[in-house]
Parts: sequence; C-alpha cells; structure tokens
Amino acid sequence: MSAKLFVMPIAPTPPTFRTSPPPLLQHTPHGLHCAAGDFYVDPWRPVDRAVITHAHSDHARPGHAAYLATPDALGVLKARLGAKATIDTLAYGETVTMGEVTVSLHPAGHVLGSAQVRIEHRGEVWVVSGDYKLDPDPTCAAFAPVRCHTFVTESTFGLPIYRWRTPELMFGEINRWWAENAAASRASVVYAYAFGKAQRILASIDAAIGPIICHGAVEVLNRAYRDAGVPLPATSLVTDLPKNFDFGRALVIAPPSAAGSPWMKRFGEHADAFASGWMAVRGARKQRGVDRGFVISDHADWPGLLTAIAESGASRVLVTHGSVPVMVRYLRDTGLEADALETEFSGEGEGEGRAEVLVETAAEAESAAEIESTAETESTAS
Amino acid sequence: MKDFAALFDALDQSTATGDKVAALTAYFREADPADAAWAVYFLTGNRPKQAVPSKRLHQIAAEVAGLPDWLFADCYDQVGDLAETIALILPPAKSRASISLSVWVTERLLPLRQLDEAAQRAALTAYWSELAGTERFLFNKLITGGFRVGVSTLLVVRALANVSGVDAKVISHRLAGDWQPTAQNFSALVGEASSTFDVSQPYPFFLAHALSDAPYTLGNVHDWQAEWKWDGIRGQLIKRQEQLFLWSRGEELVSAQFPEIIAAAARLPDGVLDGEILAMREGSVMPFTALQKRLGRKNPGKKIQADTPVAFVAYDLLEVAGEDWRQRPLHERRTKLHEVVYSIVLGADERHVIQLSDIVRAPSWATLALARDQSRKNGTEGLMLKRRDSAYGVGRTATGKGLGNDWWKWKVDPFTIDCVLMYAQRGHGKRANLYTDYTFGIWKSNKDGQFGSEMPENARQLVTFAKAYSGLTDEEIREVDVFIRKNTLEKFGPVRTVKAGMVFELAFEGIQRSNRHKSGFAVRFPRITRIRYDKKIEDADSVELIAAMMVP
Repeated sequence: MSAKLFVMPIAPTPPTFRTSPPPLLQHTPHGLHCAAGDFYVDPWRPVDRAVITHAHSDHARPGHAAYLATPDALGVLKARLGAKATIDTLAYGETVTMGEVTVSLHPAGHVLGSAQVRIEHRGEVWVVSGDYKLDPDPTCAAFAPVRCHTFVTESTFGLPIYRWRTPELMFGEINRWWAENAAASRASVVYAYAFGKAQRILASIDAAIGPIICHGAVEVLNRAYRDAGVPLPATSLVTDLPKNFDFGRALVIAPPSAAGSPWMKRFGEHADAFASGWMAVRGARKQRGVDRGFVISDHADWPGLLTAIAESGASRVLVTHGSVPVMVRYLRDTGLEADALETEFSGEGEGEGRAEVLVETAAEAESAAEIESTAETESTAS
Repeated sequence: MKDFAALFDALDQSTATGDKVAALTAYFREADPADAAWAVYFLTGNRPKQAVPSKRLHQIAAEVAGLPDWLFADCYDQVGDLAETIALILPPAKSRASISLSVWVTERLLPLRQLDEAAQRAALTAYWSELAGTERFLFNKLITGGFRVGVSTLLVVRALANVSGVDAKVISHRLAGDWQPTAQNFSALVGEASSTFDVSQPYPFFLAHALSDAPYTLGNVHDWQAEWKWDGIRGQLIKRQEQLFLWSRGEELVSAQFPEIIAAAARLPDGVLDGEILAMREGSVMPFTALQKRLGRKNPGKKIQADTPVAFVAYDLLEVAGEDWRQRPLHERRTKLHEVVYSIVLGADERHVIQLSDIVRAPSWATLALARDQSRKNGTEGLMLKRRDSAYGVGRTATGKGLGNDWWKWKVDPFTIDCVLMYAQRGHGKRANLYTDYTFGIWKSNKDGQFGSEMPENARQLVTFAKAYSGLTDEEIREVDVFIRKNTLEKFGPVRTVKAGMVFELAFEGIQRSNRHKSGFAVRFPRITRIRYDKKIEDADSVELIAAMMVP
C-alpha cells in the first residue's frame, strides 16, 4: 500500500429519524468504547479489541488482545508492541463490520499510517480523528475529510495564536540555516520527535547541503518508514562513521532527550534548533534555550482545526486533548453542538497549558522516555 | 523596518557576543543614517512612550482578528506578552510595505499617540495589514513601549566602532547624555575621531575574582590590603584639563546623575580615581535600592539629592597629573590616593561626598575573618583583598608579576531560610507559560491574638515573606509548575493560591522592616537555593527567626 494513496471521502449518509440512541462512543475507564461494535478506539487500558488511529505510544498502548490499524502503521506498531501482538490491518477506505457497526479508516495526515476512524451504525456516522494535520507531508497520506454527524477532534493547538506557515517556507528556513552553518563549518543539530517529525524533516529538506546523521532512536523509525515505501534521503548513524569524521557540514537529527547528553559531545561547537509547533511562541523558544525554533507540527493549527471540523459537516463536535474548553466554547458560539470528551491522550487535565510545554502530546513525551534508554544504549555502544 | 527586523531576529536568536556584534556591524554598514540613528536609539535602551493604551490596543486587535474578547484573553494568557499575542492572532499581511525604520517611527508610530480612538483604530488596521512576522511584533512592541532586545550598549558601541574605525570609548562618550536619533547625530557619532587626546577617556576597570578557598591559602596576611566590599556602583572619577567625568563600570557616563560628586571633585588635582558610588546618609550606607533611584534620574532635583545623598568612596588612583600610575604597586598608589583625597578641603555640605575607603587592618586571617563578620553592620558585602604590591590590571587579568590573582572579593555568606510556597504567578517572556514567580511564607504565631480570638494562642499561620523567581533549573521549574497546577486552591487573575506543601530554601543578603509582606520584613536579592524535599511545611522557619537574624 502506497503511503501517498489518495482516498475519496465517503459520501455522507443521510440522517435517519431516531429517538436519542445511546452515543456510539462512550468514555469508560478503559477508553473510548463503542458498545454497538464492542471495540475501543485507542484504549488506555488492556481490552479485547482495539482500533488504533496511529502508533504514537499514548494512542497505541501495549497489552490489548487484538489490534486493528492501517497497513502503513504496521511496521511501527510491531516495533513498539513486539512481534507477538495480534495486529489486523484495514486499508484506507475499506470497510469491516464489527458487531452492529461498519468501521473504516481514512488518512489523518499526522504520521505514517495515521487514520481517522469512521464508525457507522444504522445511518449514524461518527469519526474519531485521532491526531491530524491538514498541511501536506511527503511521509504520509494527506488528510481526507470524512463527512459525519459527530466529529471527535483533537485540540492540541486549539488557540488562534497557532497558525502554521506553509511547509515550503518552514523547510526553506531550515535549509538556509543549515547551509549557513555548513558554510561556517559547524554542525546543525535539529531536535525533533523521533517518530513522524524527524522523518517529515528528512523528506522535506535539501539533502544536497551536506551529510545527514540520525540518532539511533530516529534511525529505527527511518527504517520502518523506508520499509513502508516512504523515500527518505540517506542517513548515517554516528557509529557508521570514521572516528575523525568532520561534522562541519552535517545535519544531525536527534530526539529532544539527547540534548545535553554525552552523545552530543562529538559534534563539538554546533548550532541547535528545535522543531515543534510550540516554537510559534517566543517564550517557549527562549525556554528551550536553542538557537532557533522551527515552527513545524504534525498537528493541525487553529485554522486547520476549524477547517477540518467544517469539512466534516458534523453538527456535533466532541473535543479531546489540548485546548478543550476554548474549542468547546468557540464552537458553541458558532452554533455547533460541542462538548468535551475526556480522554487520557494528554497529561494535562485542564487543557490550559502544559507542564512540559515542549512535548506536543503525552505520546511524544512517552516516546521521548523510550528514546532516553535508546540514547544511552547508543552512547555506550559508540 | 525589514532590515531592522532581520537584525532583531539575529540578535534574538544568538547568545554569542561575537555573532551579535557581527550582526550589528553588518546592519550599521548598510543602513541609511536616519534608520541607523533610530536603531541605535532603540538598541541602547530608549523606548518611545506607549502610543496606544493596552486595553484599547487589545480591543482593536481582537476586533481586527475577529476574535471574541474571552478568546483574546486566553491567547494572551498562553503567550504572556501583549505585543506578541497581537502579532500572532492578526490575519496574515495583505501586502508587504518596504518602508524604512525611520519613516515607520517618525511618520507612523510617533503620531499615533496624538490620534483619537477612531483614528488610531483606522491607522492600526492599515499598518498591521502591511506587516508580517517579526516586523509586526516589533511594531507592536514599540507601540506598547515594551521594546527590549538582548544586546548591551557596549555591543552596539563596539559594532559602531567596527564600522567607523572610531574608538569605542569615543563613541560611548558621544552617545552619552541626551542623544537624539537624527541622521546628523548618527553621522557625528561615527565621524572622524579628533586627533587630540580625548580627555574623558576612562581606563578599563580592574576586576576581582571571588574567593572560594580559605583566605590563608593566599599566604601572609601582611602582604594583603583588606577593604570593605561596598554594595554600590563601581565608578571612575576623572579630572583632566578642568573637565570632570564620572563613568560607571558599564562604561556609561553618569556625571549627570550625580552632580554633587562632580561639584565636589572640582577641587581635586588632575587625575583619575577608582571607587564606589554609594547612597550614604550621615556616614551610613543606604540600601542599594536608594542608589538605583538616583541612577535612573539625570539632573536630579534638590529634594532627591537631599533624600538620597551620594558619596564617592575612593579606593584606587590610576592617573596623577597626566601620568599613568597603574603599573606602580598598590601601596604606593594608596599613599598617593590618601594624599590626594585629603588635599582637598570640602565645604560643610560636601564634607562626605568624596571619601577614602577605609583599610581594614588585622594581624591575622582569623582576626580579619572576625572583621568580615561585621560586614552586614556596615552595609557592606564582605571584604576585598588586594595584594599590596599588585599593579592595576585590566578586567580580570592581573598585569603585575604576582603569582596568581591580585584582587579577591571575600563575600559574607548569604542568609538562608526555609519557607513555604504560597502563591505563584506565570513568568514573562521566556517562561510565559510556566508558573515561575513564587511568593513564599514563613510561620507566625498567634501570640498577640492577631489572627483573631477564635484561634488558640499557640496556633501558627503562614504569612508572606518574600517573592523570588530565580535559582531553579528549567527542570525544577517544570516540576514546581506541575505541583502548582495540581495544588491550586484559588485563582485571582494571573495569581494562584497554592496549597502549602512545598518547602524551599531561600538565600538573601539584607533584611529590612517593611510593610510589603505580611511578615513585616523585606529582604534584599532573595533567590531560591534549593527545593527542600526533605522538609515538611511544619519544619519551615518563622518570623521570630528573621527578627533574630536582623542586625539591630
């Protein structure tokens, strides 16, 4: 299955007369439960059947008896859940019947294999977006709007201060910065989340500027992306390089947790940058203490969230992790039926700010923790 | 404006002094003198007055962006800076104006203040539609009067020196005083250096190292001259060819701020003195905050001069009648300094204005340590130890033939106290979305029934004692932030009342009685030294302990 497969949105199902049936998805201690289909979407405690939107670790947790995800997500999922996990795949746009409902997966544009879950029950359609973005990304299928009655949306960047510039502008900025550093013979280090962000950067930059070095935690995922058919430029591990390698023209992509670790020492005097949507705010950039902040996110910005909601045609919106109260209030003011849907996809219950401002979701925080151990392994190995 | 915005980005994105100077140099090399003049003006810390009141600015911006007020407020809360919030929420620029910085300032920004509300609204809407990114942010910063950038006057001066070939100290002198940002003034600023010796020119200050080892490691106590370490502003007082100049350590001319020192110095023979500017009343040093007030006021009036008298306490002599004395040994310079200071007869009003810094004499290091323990009583920070045969070096580099460093500062240890986190407020700028500003409390007992008769006499209550927002690592700040969010009892605007549960050790320098905090004390330079995970809130210190610490 090609990562760039374009899927036509499914035509909306006309609403049928109903006398307030039970909601298709309900918050339970185990996760979002679909009683009519007897499965969970991205459950946070072990269940029998889990439909997974994407492989970030707070959405795809270990311990479920059976998983359903897209074929593109399979590689990363296997790497994270172990070879023994039972994972069924469902291609974008194909349907499967589960209990009384029909389930299909549609591109969410977040990371490789990320999906929106469409659930149809007796003419009523719900879509769970998982995490998504509308901006083009060469490493995954583009977000496809899916018409529905109820749209479950994330709200990580649900404030009007978050508005992304076009990827061309942002990656152009990285290229210029890298080229300037290369001209001055100093390595360029970009801190980015190992799964998704790192590969998007790799696939978007001008690889002709210099050699690209990836941290071990990033390289593992590069392999999964290449295996899934996503073209990425050549990358090396530091262990592959000769001892006296000159990093002067190199671009180094490392997870945020590598900052300040012994692994970094080999690059000597270098320029550093952090790639994250949070970098839109100067304070967050300053706090990170890096030279540059590149505003690149795999989540939708404020206009993106509003566009996705509008294009879903939903009359009812349930808001999860991020700026929940803001989104709910704003959507209600525009005349939509909107409510908060409690999930465990983010660490901050209040949704008004984050203790760890630089981690875009709890998923990434966790993957950062995973990476920490990888980083150690690698630094001792080399 | 575009070039100035690019310069701002370069300065903002780099922490390396070399890069900053290079960016400034590149900018001044290309800039039109009219623009360069404004750039110098803003970069050296001058700001235009707020052109539009914050509340109105907030309303107009929300309107232009099509956002309800509550949503604008939420955005502001996340960003922590009004100018930046506005820059982020406004719709993308329609067209990009290529208007120069000086035109933006003189034809747009400055007239804005004179306009009525409707005209301001129309003007802002039009201006915003022509600006994007950093330019929009800077324009807003200038409107709110909050423009700041991480660059010192010294670096700006250095860049101007690079561009013009004029000596940095000459530029610094030319820039001193009430410099107005015009093209002519800029050209004069970087114009040909006059060939005659610049009589205002100070010497680079010789700086001390902090003493961390025991003092006896310095050898024989008799080889060292000890003086009090004053908590004022280091200054160089210059008299050459009947002209007087007082420079601060930041190489800023501060003559206008301290006219009484200049007046008293008129009687000195030609020469250069190194010393400390202090606020001093009847022989005792006033708190540093008093001196700060004087530093901010050029040409201070009679009242402020009477309320906060200042003195120049001299401790070294660098030049006598045109001759450079810096390579002579300290004891020789000191003898001459003594002679110079006592050669002048001052009037009754000026008697204390120019003084000699006392030498603290002690037969042994142990006795000297006892003297040092008295530092707080004198309003000093400890002792200075200077090798008696040392030359006057440059910066932190000794130029004598001594074995190691020649000047040491031997500070007294700070006071420390354990206190409890009570309130928290979000930081600004870099830490705008974290709770970083804390108010701490200490225990006060209900001795006099001051908490009400319903509480028993032995009951204790936490009362506010000090605010501090520095001393923690970023990681610790995040930890405390999590604690605050989980333990909020109440919110008042930006302030959260936090459930007592975390104990911190605070260090501070001086204690004064004050009504600022409920405890009845105010401390100088409080900072967090560590989080006391090992202590329960009951173990925090009390008002009684502070009272005991206070020097009567």
